[in-house]
Formats: sequence, structure tokens, C-alpha cells
Amino acid sequence: MLSISQLAIRFTQYDRGLRRKQLQVITDLSLSVEAGEVVAVVGSSGSGKSLLAHALLGILPDNAQQQGQVSFLGEPLTPERCRQLRGKAIALIPQSISSLDPLMQVGHQVQRVAQLAGASQAEARTTVGRTFARYDLPKSTGDRYPFQVSGGMARRVLVSTAVVTQAQLVIADEPTPGLHPDVAKETLQHLRELAQGGRGVILITHDIEAALQIADRVAVFYAGTTVEIAAAADFPAGNLRHPYSQALWRALPQNEFIPVPGSQPSPEALPRGCLFGDRCPQVSEVCQMERPPLRPLNQGWVRCVHAEG
Amino acid sequence: MLKANGLWFRYGRRLPWVIENQTLAIAPGERVALVAPSGRGKTTLSKLLAGYLQPQQGQIRLDDRPLPSQGYCPIQLIFQHPELAINPRWRIDQSLNEAPRPSPEILAALGIQPGWLQRYPHELSGGELQRLAIARVLTPATRYLIADEMTAMLDANTQALIWQVVLEFAQEHGVGLVVISHSEALLGRICERAIALGG
Repeated sequence: MLSISQLAIRFTQYDRGLRRKQLQVITDLSLSVEAGEVVAVVGSSGSGKSLLAHALLGILPDNAQQQGQVSFLGEPLTPERCRQLRGKAIALIPQSISSLDPLMQVGHQVQRVAQLAGASQAEARTTVGRTFARYDLPKSTGDRYPFQVSGGMARRVLVSTAVVTQAQLVIADEPTPGLHPDVAKETLQHLRELAQGGRGVILITHDIEAALQIADRVAVFYAGTTVEIAAAADFPAGNLRHPYSQALWRALPQNEFIPVPGSQPSPEALPRGCLFGDRCPQVSEVCQMERPPLRPLNQGWVRCVHAEG
Repeated sequence: MLKANGLWFRYGRRLPWVIENQTLAIAPGERVALVAPSGRGKTTLSKLLAGYLQPQQGQIRLDDRPLPSQGYCPIQLIFQHPELAINPRWRIDQSLNEAPRPSPEILAALGIQPGWLQRYPHELSGGELQRLAIARVLTPATRYLIADEMTAMLDANTQALIWQVVLEFAQEHGVGLVVISHSEALLGRICERAIALGG
């Protein structure tokens, strides 16, 4: 359904006076999503996962240049096609209630989304009623303003905005932080149901535990690159391919709680070789010469010269 | 010893009590989880203990003395969102110098790169900023540390890295820890006992 290959994004910034500098924020991202599956994008802040969502929706700022191939339903996703499809075939579930208009009742907002996606006023009203009922939102919720709904209800309203569009691809950006564990679980379950209904779902999160609860596959991002694409089952089974994904798993408090030291390289000072090289226990001379390409391994993908089947 | 005795707090005269007759005691070097369902006053109690709010009744005593009303507070609170805890108009270096400056070893252990210090907060990522907010309070003047969802916004590796440094520091200096987290696995890893709020 969606296929992203070697996506790169660069920002042009003014440094001092009129001198300009280029900031390579995404170097090499690859990812694919099929209908009916949840693909989690996991990484730390600054790994490029939110920028990926912005690129898919065509809402990168003007000073950004994008390279690489993105295709959606078999055709290239050009900027014009992006504009046509967003909110219709591709929908975003935003991170927080602050994405809603604070001065408009939530029912009207969700209805407006449905109408913008092509439904008539009457159809939209029925769809919104049906969707709210499905998510156990009382009828009166529609008449409330965003500040009047609780965190859990707000989350269901935001999920509704994506559901009423009939979008084939749904992108959820950090849907769980700050939520009570029960509400977080419920939100994830809703995403899972969207996939069961035949949609493709991208779950963007820093929380690997949340991702593993519902994802079929997990793409691990590091410093603007995809370092591994694995089946969710590869994590508990110990079949991870890349040293960084292995480190993430090991660092969980229910596992060993042992971190790798250091920090992600800044876009201003990317090393010539492997971007994880300065923190990697397996680093060798080859790694520092050039950046390893993403290659297939054991029904997954890995960007590491040392990984073996 | 950090003691709170019969604390009562509400946000307005007509509003319900958030903290009702709360008493607790935490010894130096102890690691305690604060647990309660959401909306039951975990964050409010943290703010009371760290001196951000004043209780309407009851007292907080550190070694049988009231908290200092000015100067560095020996009980420090770390928030979930570092953007709200660091002055956006100061370079990071200036923020670090606001209190006794943390040692270079602490900065290195937290993976803080020297280049970050010359930047403004908006030029750093959330994970980078939280490392700095934590480095700032890891000084000998801190006696108790309250971590309110301190690593909830961070990836698993950064979370483990930060806690490793904080736990080592706390052990070395006999700093007491109060930890709030939605993650039971994390609390189980860190804490020796739990205080249930309202209980």
C-alpha cells in the first residue's frame, strides 16, 4: 500500500547573516505498509519519526527539501497528490487534544472532517453518530468543547476523526504518552481494530512496549535512518538483527535495564561511517569507512555489516 | 529524614481537597514509589514536598527543620517535560550555572555533549533537554529527588541510561528518591517500597 525508499530530508537554515547551512535531518528512511497491518515506527526523539509523518502528509516547512521515492497505492506520492489525498485517503491521528479547534464543539469538528473527505452533510452526521457510539462516547460529547472532555474521551474523539474519513492509511503520532495505562491500552486496541478493518496503520512512538502490544512489524529508527525492520515477535524471541534494536530491548526495566552509553549524533555532525558506530559494541574499521546499506535478512531488514542470519 | 505531617491541600477555597491528611517519612538514600490512580494528587504532593506549593495545613520538615524559603531547595523535583523547567531565553550553560554546577563526570555520564551547552533549549531534542534538567540537580546540595514521570517521554535506552546515573548518584550521596511512574516494571526496578496516596 505504502512504500518509502531511501527518503532523505534536508533543512536549509540561515547561519550567520546570509550564510546558509544544510541540515540533514533524515538520511535514509525506508518503510513499507500493507493493508490490514500495523507497522510501528520506534525511535528516540530526534530520530526522524515525526518528520516522516509530516512528509507523508505534505506538511513539511518550506525550507525542507525531500529526496527518495514514496509511493502510495502503486503511484508516486507527489506533492500535489499529497494535497489531494491527505484527510481523505491518508489520515493523521494527532498527538494531543490541542490539535482540535478550542472554540468549536467536537461533534462539529469531526463532522467537518467527514464532509471535507467527501461525505454529504447528512451522511457525515450519521457517520459521526455511528462512530461516537462505537467508541462509547455519550451522545452529549458532540456538543462539548475540547476543554470539556477528559483525556481518555479526547483520545477517542481524535481516533474518530480518522475513522470518519474512510482513509486507507492512518498515521497515529505518539498516541499514548500521558495517558492512564488503561486508556493507553484502549487507544492501542482501537488502532489494532482499524487494521483489522483493512486499513494500513503507522504507529509512531518512542514506547517500544506500546508498539509490541499491537504491531505486526516494527521499524526502528536511529538518527534519521531505518536501522532495522523486524516482526514484532522478533523482540521477545531474541531474533533482533541490529545492535541498537537489541540495546533498546535490553534497556527495558522488565529486561536487563542496561543502557548503551552516549547519545544519538546531531544532524550537524554526522559521522562518515555507520551512524551508530560510536556507541556500538561491535564496531570495526569497516563500519567507520562508509555507511552500511539497508539489506534483507531473515524476513526482515537490517543496516549493519555484522548482522548474520 | 524528610517528613510530611498531616498535609492538607486544595487549589481553591471552594474546590475539593486534593491532599487530605497525608503523612509520610522518607529516609536518606531510600527509594520510594508514590502510587495512586491518575487525578489523585501525586503531582500535587510532589509540588508540596519540593516547595512549589504551600499546604493549607500540616508541615514539611527536613531533618526537623522547615524547608528554606530562599536559596537552593534541597528537595528537587524533576518534571516530565523539561521544556517547562528550563528558561527558554537562556543558553543551557547559564541554566546549569544557576545552581551549584554539576561535575564534568556527571555531564559525561549522562552523554551530554559540550556543544549542547552553547545552545538554547529549543535547539535541543526532548531527550537531550531532559538529560540537562537532570544534570542540573545532581549536585551535593540536593538531598531528596522527586521524579514525576521523569522518563515517560524517552526511549527505553535513554530511560535506562538516565536512571543508571541517577541511582548511582543517589547511592553515593545518600539522596532519597521519590518516584512517580505509570510503568510498574520501572517502579519494581528502582524502588524499595511504595506509598499509596490517601492510604
